Amino acid sequence: MATPLVVSEVFKSFTMHLRDGIRLPVVADVSFSVAAGECVVLGGPSGIGKSSLLKMIYGNYAVDAGQILVAHKDRITDLATADPRTVLEVRRHTMGYVSQFLRTVPRVAAIDVVAEPLLARGVALADARQRAGALLAQLNLPQELWQLPPATFSGGEQQRVNIARGFITDHAILLLDEPTASLDARNRAVVVAMIEEKKKAGVALLGIFHDEEVREAVGSRILDVSRFSPRKSAA
Amino acid sequence: MSDTPLLKVKDISKFYGSRIGCRDVSFDLWPGEVLAIVGESGSGKTTLLNCISTRLLPTTGSVEYHMRDETYRELFRMNEAERRFLMRTDWGFVHQNPADGLRMTVSAGANVGERLMAIGNRHYGNIRATAVDWLERVEIDADRIDDQPRAFSGGMRQRLQIARNLVTGPRLVFMDEPTGGLDVSVQARLLDLVRGLVNDLGLSAIIVTHDLAVARLLSHRMMVMKDGYVIEHGLTDRVLDDPREPYTQLLVSSILQV
Repeated sequence: MATPLVVSEVFKSFTMHLRDGIRLPVVADVSFSVAAGECVVLGGPSGIGKSSLLKMIYGNYAVDAGQILVAHKDRITDLATADPRTVLEVRRHTMGYVSQFLRTVPRVAAIDVVAEPLLARGVALADARQRAGALLAQLNLPQELWQLPPATFSGGEQQRVNIARGFITDHAILLLDEPTASLDARNRAVVVAMIEEKKKAGVALLGIFHDEEVREAVGSRILDVSRFSPRKSAA
Repeated sequence: MSDTPLLKVKDISKFYGSRIGCRDVSFDLWPGEVLAIVGESGSGKTTLLNCISTRLLPTTGSVEYHMRDETYRELFRMNEAERRFLMRTDWGFVHQNPADGLRMTVSAGANVGERLMAIGNRHYGNIRATAVDWLERVEIDADRIDDQPRAFSGGMRQRLQIARNLVTGPRLVFMDEPTGGLDVSVQARLLDLVRGLVNDLGLSAIIVTHDLAVARLLSHRMMVMKDGYVIEHGLTDRVLDDPREPYTQLLVSSILQV
């Protein structure tokens, strides 16, 4: 089986045209891979490019050079050069992402926000809702909230909706951007258990966890992103 | 993943005398895909939309459409009757001003039913039942079916226009600033409705908007226009989170945070 995610010689900078075209290097010469069943933790101080790296892999940021190779439907796809509909297709079937904040859509109930990735893959509504409900229950989200749009939820409640949405599919790759940041100890433990389940199922996980306890519990290894700091390679 | 584009747009240019309307625009639109065309007033986005939807004859270029019989037809080589049939059945066009897309002096039900009759439905009871069903889908109470759109609010008119366009099960819908001129709360409801309908029906759509939040919510892919040219083009998330062109950066940085 092909390695689910391989990042090879990736460079990224931002050019700020509104600031006299100043060029901000983000990362340089990033190479690593994530194997099935491991959870790689991105380490290093704030501002070193951890979140940017996840956004490049998910396609929200373009890269200047290099390859981002994912095993998608028995083929290797390079997301660094893929067209938009291929990126969306990879997101639908192969790669999930739990962001720090939920982008809420007005009027859509929490349970449907969670069920949506399954619907997008053709699962029937009743089945998708049932699995969404099971996940929300596992994450201790009170049942009376399930039918409400999450816009008015607390930070921790929104984050649990977001986690459920990210974990509901059997995507082979899962990117996690501080999924436990606003959770209490009980729910952190639930998420740790959910990540362990994903590892057992052979999912390749790549994440940022500022909580040391969580990092210790789930991390197979730590990848120090400061290794890829352009400031260092320039020196 | 389907391997045939629904629409193939090649080198579309439109000149108004020596002034550029839009210039050298090419792209493919895929089944189920929603494309947003953004840019400020005068950037050429509505000109482009009108050229692609054959409401305006481009100066150069071609648009090919994948017909239901699996053949491609060049739209500007069709005769007027064929084009009109396509627009009435397989396409929808949602105008910014509902009065441009509705008949204001016939009932809401007739506005929806008219497109059904155009494709050959003759049974009054069936047409009325379908109209009721569509009014409900766009959240208009069925007891308003005999009222004229003149008596509707702006948001209701826009929803009625959407129902009128979608009732024939089109595969491609063009929208020109569909939420322009509506209150924010009405906008949110409409966006949510359009998003749901597009997902449920698997529609392809081309949406012209100057509102980047609308583009983020509805579209998969985005084209940014300036002075008639497409200056940036890509996955909507990517264009909004990592804009490359100076003008796109200006647009994105000008969004007000609430």
